[in-house]
Amino acid sequence: MASLRDISTKIGAVKKTKQITKAMNMVASAKLRGAQQRIERFRPYAEKFYAMLQELSAKADSSAHPLLEVREEIKTVGVVVMTSDRGLCGSFNAAMIREAVKVIKAKQAEGKHVRVYTVGKKGRDALRKMGFDMATAYPDRMNSFDFTLANELGMEIIEAYMARQLDEVVLVYGDFVSVARQNPEAQRLLPVAPKTPVEAASTKSVAQEYIYEPDVVGLLAELLPRFIKVQVYKGLLSTSASEHAARMAAMDNATKACDDMVGALTLVFNKTRQAAITTELMDIVGGAEALKG
Amino acid sequence: MSLQLDIVTPDKLVLSTSVEYVGAPGYEGEFGVLPNHIPFLCALQIGNLYYRKEGRTHYVFVSGGFADVSANKVTILAEAAEKAEEIDLDGARKAKERAEQRMKDAQDRIAYARAQAELQREIARMSAASKAR
Repeated sequence: MASLRDISTKIGAVKKTKQITKAMNMVASAKLRGAQQRIERFRPYAEKFYAMLQELSAKADSSAHPLLEVREEIKTVGVVVMTSDRGLCGSFNAAMIREAVKVIKAKQAEGKHVRVYTVGKKGRDALRKMGFDMATAYPDRMNSFDFTLANELGMEIIEAYMARQLDEVVLVYGDFVSVARQNPEAQRLLPVAPKTPVEAASTKSVAQEYIYEPDVVGLLAELLPRFIKVQVYKGLLSTSASEHAARMAAMDNATKACDDMVGALTLVFNKTRQAAITTELMDIVGGAEALKG
Repeated sequence: MSLQLDIVTPDKLVLSTSVEYVGAPGYEGEFGVLPNHIPFLCALQIGNLYYRKEGRTHYVFVSGGFADVSANKVTILAEAAEKAEEIDLDGARKAKERAEQRMKDAQDRIAYARAQAELQREIARMSAASKAR
């Protein structure tokens, strides 16, 4: 049986761990709020972009721009995987990597070559260990990123696509559904597939015809590369919010587990103390009896 | 009769206000928008946008992007936009000098083009900032 001192040391250690997990929980929740606000502020921009792209792509066919065109033969697929840089966020990274591996394996099964781009250290480390063809990694960027990161990554993908080093690009990111729910999501980035605007067309029919400057094709050439970056940025924001939400939940669980453990250990401590006192009493009583003789 | 002007960037809504006139640096030159303008979609250059409100002219720096004019609404989508009053003129001047230096030091075509774009942006920012004073 552990001594009293051992148990009280253990209780102290668990309490300290609890302080840390609690602090991490609070930091994560503050960061989550920030990330959610960024998503909110980004939404008007993204929505306007989607609307404009739909409007324009309805007026041009897929041969208008190389980024719209679906290639007949797809040899190489680029997979962009977004994960966090740091751990201690529950099963978040594991779920992201599992989804990424699923997508990669599916493409490989179709006989395509897959090149992997990663944002975040966790994804890079895990996927590299599995021996996939790693193109570029962007580690240590998730902690504080802005549109520049989306710009860099977007440019790289577009350049590789235009140079025909890639024929299709899939993005795997953490979709932030709610604080309690984050899903890994796979989405095709390239070629761009604007949804056929069925309802948009019917509502727009009364509106006047737009004037375009430059023409539709010229505008698409300006719009499409930016659209890719918008989607990358959206993925980054969503992944970062998911990471913080996952960490918050994980740390909340850890704090609760610490509470349980402190309770259980205190019980053991009290029992041990009681036992020690009883033994001591017995000794004293025994000694007194002996003296009486 | 007035126009609703919204300027949005990925990070925030820079401006949302009701104005009388908007002038913007369009792809093929500056264009002006008055109320009841026909629907118009235009790519923008790096430069200064201005709008008139209650007899006063305000300037906004925009780094390219798009303008969508429809139903008396002007929506500007830019990767970056700053109200002229909020631009730090000295900061912009320093950034411009840095860009010039980078242009001189540029080893390849891409680095040169990047520095050039940056220089263009800083010049536009400076001109917006100085007009606001």
